[in-house]
Amino acid sequence: MMNINDKHSQKIVDIIKEYARKQSLFILAYGTGCGAIEIPPTMTSRYDAERYGIRGAATPRQADVLLITGYLATKTLKRVIRAYEQMQSPKYVIGFGSCTINGGMYWDSYNTINVLDKYLPVDVYINGCMPRPEAVLAGFDKLKELIQAGKAEGWKHYQENLDWYRENQKKVIVNWQMPDYNW
Amino acid sequence: MDDILIKILGAIATVILAFTVGMTYGGLSRKVIARIQNRIGPPWYQNFIDNAKLLFKVSNINHGFMQHVAPLWLIGMSVTTVLFIPVLNTGGDSWYNSWFPNLNFHGDLIFLLYLMVIGSLGMALGAGQTGNPNSAIGVSRGLTQMVGFEVPWVMALVALMIQYKTTSITGLMAAAEQQGTWLAFSSPFATLAALLAMPGMFRYSPFDIVGAPAELASGPVSEFGGKYLSTMMTSGSIFAFVKLTLYVDIFFGGANNLVELVIKTFILYMYPVLWGAVSPRFRTEQAVRFFWGWPVLFGIIALIQASL
Repeated sequence: MMNINDKHSQKIVDIIKEYARKQSLFILAYGTGCGAIEIPPTMTSRYDAERYGIRGAATPRQADVLLITGYLATKTLKRVIRAYEQMQSPKYVIGFGSCTINGGMYWDSYNTINVLDKYLPVDVYINGCMPRPEAVLAGFDKLKELIQAGKAEGWKHYQENLDWYRENQKKVIVNWQMPDYNW
Repeated sequence: MDDILIKILGAIATVILAFTVGMTYGGLSRKVIARIQNRIGPPWYQNFIDNAKLLFKVSNINHGFMQHVAPLWLIGMSVTTVLFIPVLNTGGDSWYNSWFPNLNFHGDLIFLLYLMVIGSLGMALGAGQTGNPNSAIGVSRGLTQMVGFEVPWVMALVALMIQYKTTSITGLMAAAEQQGTWLAFSSPFATLAALLAMPGMFRYSPFDIVGAPAELASGPVSEFGGKYLSTMMTSGSIFAFVKLTLYVDIFFGGANNLVELVIKTFILYMYPVLWGAVSPRFRTEQAVRFFWGWPVLFGIIALIQASL
């Protein structure tokens, strides 16, 4: 008798799954910083990200990719964490611009965070201040490669190391009043 | 026994056909809109990929029983409706013709009118349970818009029922076959009223007040993700096929084979899509004012013409 859960049929399912995941990315463009200005040209006629299956999502529930565009104030970080935790797994985070890597030109500011990876699991960084739309598309290509290789598993890492992330988040967010989720 | 087997297989074939055609049209409409905006646009099968990706989501959370059931309610309505719609004319001689008359002779237009709004009501209950204010606004807008376009739509159908003295869809198709012309020519005002009500059903611009991406964050579906969204997408595709086929059946002479059906429905589908591609969004009261203006006038003329 044929078993649909054996190794070979699982392989076929995995191929379809990874293809579907990488060819259809709904992005939640959270316009936290100045980088948000590079998103409209990426999505519209000039660079047309939709031809690669990249499309804007209206709400976190429908989105796959959280795009952190630029510096994150501690106040916005709280909202970003809420948005990220509402997204459905598998979900990916793209850090956009120098500010998410090491603080960029805001490295000594009193109310921005410097390293995004300490608070949310970043899958791909796009360097630049600002990265041009070509760089953004290249970043998405990198994310697709990682998804294909099964390496874009920041969401699993976040769930497994939630305590560590929570500790870091609570260090910078003073008034921690967050609802409980059932995710 | 064989009879029942053929019926079951025919029903499955009908639903698969409706799903494939609806999803392909959705993808093609994205492509067409992209070309209008001087973009390349996604491939025509992009909607299939999106749907598969949503099905492969690992976590699917819901806020309660009604939200869990609402997508099922919707897809149940779509599948039921597609079985009551005659996909092809009875006069066609293709080898697959015996697959598609599923339940065509068991329901009439009045029954269908009720059936077609049940899905929206289930959706309204499900969206209400999510507690998202955008959902609540979207639902109230959707029901208001439905009140708008249902008036000329029902007027057109009632005019046809009076004129041809039958309430069954197959009866109307038989009447068209008997007189030799499409009903669009013998009752032009009813056709006009129904055609003007049609963009309201498809919710493209300027009637996309329910979803309103930048304004309401996709409205009723804003809290639905993963498999729920995928189910709704599937249901929406099947229902688009239902509406297009119903219009072709009633007003444009039906179709004798699948190629004719695809050509006719695609031309009909391009009308709300192209109108939407060049239009901004109406406010709710503007949409209702549109539907209660010229379409209702044409509906009244159609009723007078039918009863003379």
